[in-house]
Amino acid sequence: MFLSKAIFPALICMVLFAIWDSERIVSPRTDNGRVHVVYWEKWTDTEQVAIQSVVDAFNSSQDKIHVDMLSIGDVGSKTLLAVAGGEPPDIAGLWGENIAQYADDHAVLPLEELCAEYGINEDRFIPVYWQMCNYNGHVYALPSAPHSTALHYNRTLFANAGLDPDKPPKTIEEMDSMAEHMTKSDAQGHIDVLGFLPAEPGDWGWGLGNIFGGKLWDGKSKITANSPENIRAYTWVASYSKKYGAQQLRSFRGGYGNDVTPQNAFMASKLGMELNGVWMSNYIHVAAPKLKWSAAPFPYPADRPDMANINYTNQDVFVIPRGAKHPKEAFAFLNFAESQKGMELLCMGQGKHTPLKNVSAGFWKNHPNPYIHLFTDLAYSKNDVTPPKMGIWPEYLAEMNNAFDQISLLQKTPKEALDIVQERMTEKWTEHLERLRARGEIH
Amino acid sequence: MIGSQQTTRVRSVSRAESRAAMLFVGLWGFGFTIFLLYPLLASFYYSFCDYSVLRSPIWVGTANYHGLWKDEVFWTTIKNTATYAAMALPLGLLVALSLALLLNAKVPGMSLFRTIFFLPSLLPMVSLAILWLWVFNGEHGILNEVLRRLHINGPNWLGDPAWSKPTLALLAMWGTGNAMVIYLAGLQGVPLHLNEAANLDGAGWWAKTRHVTLPMLSPVIFFNLIMGIIDTLQVFSVPYVMFPNGTPARSTYFYTMYLFDNAFIYHKMGYACAMGWILFLTILGLTWMALKISDRHIYYGGN
Repeated sequence: MFLSKAIFPALICMVLFAIWDSERIVSPRTDNGRVHVVYWEKWTDTEQVAIQSVVDAFNSSQDKIHVDMLSIGDVGSKTLLAVAGGEPPDIAGLWGENIAQYADDHAVLPLEELCAEYGINEDRFIPVYWQMCNYNGHVYALPSAPHSTALHYNRTLFANAGLDPDKPPKTIEEMDSMAEHMTKSDAQGHIDVLGFLPAEPGDWGWGLGNIFGGKLWDGKSKITANSPENIRAYTWVASYSKKYGAQQLRSFRGGYGNDVTPQNAFMASKLGMELNGVWMSNYIHVAAPKLKWSAAPFPYPADRPDMANINYTNQDVFVIPRGAKHPKEAFAFLNFAESQKGMELLCMGQGKHTPLKNVSAGFWKNHPNPYIHLFTDLAYSKNDVTPPKMGIWPEYLAEMNNAFDQISLLQKTPKEALDIVQERMTEKWTEHLERLRARGEIH
Repeated sequence: MIGSQQTTRVRSVSRAESRAAMLFVGLWGFGFTIFLLYPLLASFYYSFCDYSVLRSPIWVGTANYHGLWKDEVFWTTIKNTATYAAMALPLGLLVALSLALLLNAKVPGMSLFRTIFFLPSLLPMVSLAILWLWVFNGEHGILNEVLRRLHINGPNWLGDPAWSKPTLALLAMWGTGNAMVIYLAGLQGVPLHLNEAANLDGAGWWAKTRHVTLPMLSPVIFFNLIMGIIDTLQVFSVPYVMFPNGTPARSTYFYTMYLFDNAFIYHKMGYACAMGWILFLTILGLTWMALKISDRHIYYGGN
């Protein structure tokens, strides 16, 4: 009887306790008088260790703010939902291509006033990285870990094919010819070693048109997916499927793991050359320390020498989500992270170059990537390719990846596939602009 | 007098009991309203809005539904999901029923076999997906290695658009343990005297299965069919892990994956809500159709 009488009050107490406790957890803790800044970041493993060292350095550099960093999977969606729920973190680590979409959705705060207060401006950064943080006249993010890309090649496979490992290809035509020399397959067409594969590692299939001078939009209003330059680029992609067999290439690629693992085709010395980012040196050090490799600027078409030093530049960024409880304190941490000390600590740990113009002698000397100068120089290239600043970029990316798949499987000709993308994205872009107009964002 | 006191006491006990019952039901009702009914109604409203989660929804009428009608990717995902369901649903029902019939045999050590066949369905599907990625690997996978030794050139299971959906349907068989257990429970309910009567009539194993076991099991088969329809139309986690973005060439891009992308990647929550409601009504319609069709073919004990 006592038990049944006690159940109701006990339930009420439990509910009240749960409400109080959840409030306590999310409320700013001010133990030791410090304000706690909550920071969600996507990185794990060695990359998390690198950012943690920046956080620790900041926390020990002063006694007013304490940054709590949490490694969060799928940080973009979770930040979005946390903003919608009114309990966002004070800082979130997103990707550069998120900025336009999150700004259009009012998910992130403009930072120009805080930047002005702390004296952070474009003079500090390599231009491409600062420009990526700007959208519609506002600064919505600050660079964290940037990257540029280059051709990585296996020196042993070069030598085995009778090629000079000190002479990487300069043009696309040279690269195709070298790839043929390196490729080994059996009588059934089963590939054992492949010289080059446009689909590997797959991160930049959307932008291969830029190598031939193409663009995905004119930067203002017009989608240009099916421009002659883009069609030419994807015809080059299809030429590999025609030469080596679409299914054989797919089977070869599917047989190996991603570029962080020893099962990766490049790490396993089964792929001679590939386009990859500055982080590759770190991965090679862990997954294939005995691999003999070099890096060089990615080749350009022989008739387009103006496209030399083409590379895909992107970066991870810090943002302050709308509704953050401590934007000023969060920015104090960002100010520290954007200092030479903070950035070099982070980028050295992650094996990347820094987004800052000023680099210390120690950074160059101690950096684990032997080609760090090359990657830094590439970031200054006039042929930097960055994801378009469009609110519909995730949809555009999905369409381009699908077109890439259809072309490399020879399901569609490059023109057919890109015409579909052109039509779909023109429609989506018009809808997006109408939506922004209806919300009063643009006129 | 004593009788009246007893009545009063009974009434007060019964009042207390109803109060307690209402309390428990009330808590459930509270949870149901907040976490199910409200989101359900809100999603219906949002399906008529342009809604990015962070800004107030803007009423756009039937624009989302109209947009879906014109959206080629939407129709691709419907085609993919229907094709997958057409393969996985009958295969799943057949495999689960066959296993249950085999595991219902009276042989020693049967409980061990039942455990072995049920175990895979306890494993999280995402871990299974990672495992199957290597089993079905076209180049170095164990399945193709076995086929190679049998002088069969195995297909590129994961990379060939023609094989990606059958591969998913095949590995969905690992989740048939739950349906199998339900069949097994149903088989225990088949009256012994009917089988004995069939024995006296000289019926063999197949005749008994066809004329006694299956008709008696029909409500259970029907239940599994309904659950199967719901499961296969909502397939998400395994293809999401094994085939990111529905590769190759959107051959494994299923309805729920496109819904998820619209909601959380493209931030078009209104569009995603419209997709959710179409899926809900489709499942409701298919279930209703199955109920109608099954009226004539299902035998319930009380009939």
